[in-house]
Amino acid sequence: MRISVAEDRCVAAGHCVVAAPEVFDQREDDGVVVLLDPRPPAGFRETVEEAALLCPAAAIRLVNGAA
Amino acid sequence: MSAEPAATDVAIVGASVGGLTVARALRRRGFPGSLALIGAEDELPYDRPPLSKEVLSGRWPPDRTRLSERPALDGLGLDLRLGRRAVALDAARHRLTLSDGATLRYGRLVVATGSHARSLPGQSGLAGVHTLRTLSDSVRLRADLRTARRTVVVGAGVLGCEIAATIRDLGLPVTLVEPAAHPMERLLGATIGGELARLHTGHGVRLLTSTPVTGPVGAAGRVTGVRTAAGDVVPGDVVVVAVGARPATDWLAGSGLTVDDGLVCDDRCRAADDVYAVGDVARFGGAGPAGRGVRLENRTNATEQALFVAADLLGTPAAGYRPVPYFWSDQYQVRIQVYGSVPARSSVRIVEGTLDSHRFVAHAELAGRLVGVVGWNSAGSLRTARRLLDTTGPAPATALPIRPL
Repeated sequence: MRISVAEDRCVAAGHCVVAAPEVFDQREDDGVVVLLDPRPPAGFRETVEEAALLCPAAAIRLVNGAA
Repeated sequence: MSAEPAATDVAIVGASVGGLTVARALRRRGFPGSLALIGAEDELPYDRPPLSKEVLSGRWPPDRTRLSERPALDGLGLDLRLGRRAVALDAARHRLTLSDGATLRYGRLVVATGSHARSLPGQSGLAGVHTLRTLSDSVRLRADLRTARRTVVVGAGVLGCEIAATIRDLGLPVTLVEPAAHPMERLLGATIGGELARLHTGHGVRLLTSTPVTGPVGAAGRVTGVRTAAGDVVPGDVVVVAVGARPATDWLAGSGLTVDDGLVCDDRCRAADDVYAVGDVARFGGAGPAGRGVRLENRTNATEQALFVAADLLGTPAAGYRPVPYFWSDQYQVRIQVYGSVPARSSVRIVEGTLDSHRFVAHAELAGRLVGVVGWNSAGSLRTARRLLDTTGPAPATALPIRPL
């Protein structure tokens, strides 16, 4: 599983951090997503997929994984 | 004698983010059954928040709003039917009728038809009057703005304020007309609504608050302005009507389901046995004597509710759906974020920054309880807001006001 985030789409809602705090964080000044681990262990697949589905800006992509 | 085609296991009516997310979530959890996704527009599923900002301004090409490309959709194994509306439902017989005449039997149904833009009396047939709900609406409005000399935006809710800001950024004159005393007053309250008024007037918007509009006026088939309830005419050769949305439930007439400003559902988002609703169209927690439930028109509710419904369809036991409402709005260089709500009776307190520092966090309290957190260019500080509200529970007053039918 490889994750990519589009910072220019991010709207700083922070839903990804709630879903998968081990993988996503937010910048302190403007809340834009920070990808802590672009290749997290397989055990995080479910929460990362949920983060991608919840992101209100569709800014998170799983390069091999969910649609 | 031909056998009737087999029923599809789950039919999802509405191919915007709510409907698409139900399909994705079901497949992600390994749902093996047949899945139909029916979309009224002849477009691959796309996202709506950029329509009033990135697309209208021209910063994004329209296809950047796409939520999924064709190969990824194909990978979901859907019976994808775009450019077709559901026109009738017989819930007792588990049968849908589509606008192309097809009938579809289903095991379970998800209603995700969203909402339609409300219009003003007399606006149809008049060139230059726009609503903004779909991708093609946004593209059409942008094209019309190219030759516009002065514009009017009717309604200063989230959509009207964002459209006014985008048009100002394009350098065109805008008059923003609103019946309430402040822009976004129902969402932000008077204190922060007043700050938003200053933001718009500071960017050159002519803001007319406490000014109801009765309808557009025109000449030779083209709009020339709008008439206010006081009888004045506000001139404009492009008029955008942003006066709210009505849930897309017309097709449910005669279905046997309860429609009351939205499809009425229980707290598991079920309108009947085997019928669920998600997104703008769903009035959830409204079955039974407890009240009329709540209907939320925001982007994050659509996906959160879709995940909840997908889990319920898969038989995962869950407590009732109780989201913490959230929305954001980008206007000029300002990002406004709201968790919970700011009811009219609440007291609003600035807890970080100051109103005139153009960066602040406000708390809305009702009877001593925190019911809303508003951030104004304070996304960093708002990271903890959701947790604050989680501990106190979402406010009961987060519903859209009930509109007379």
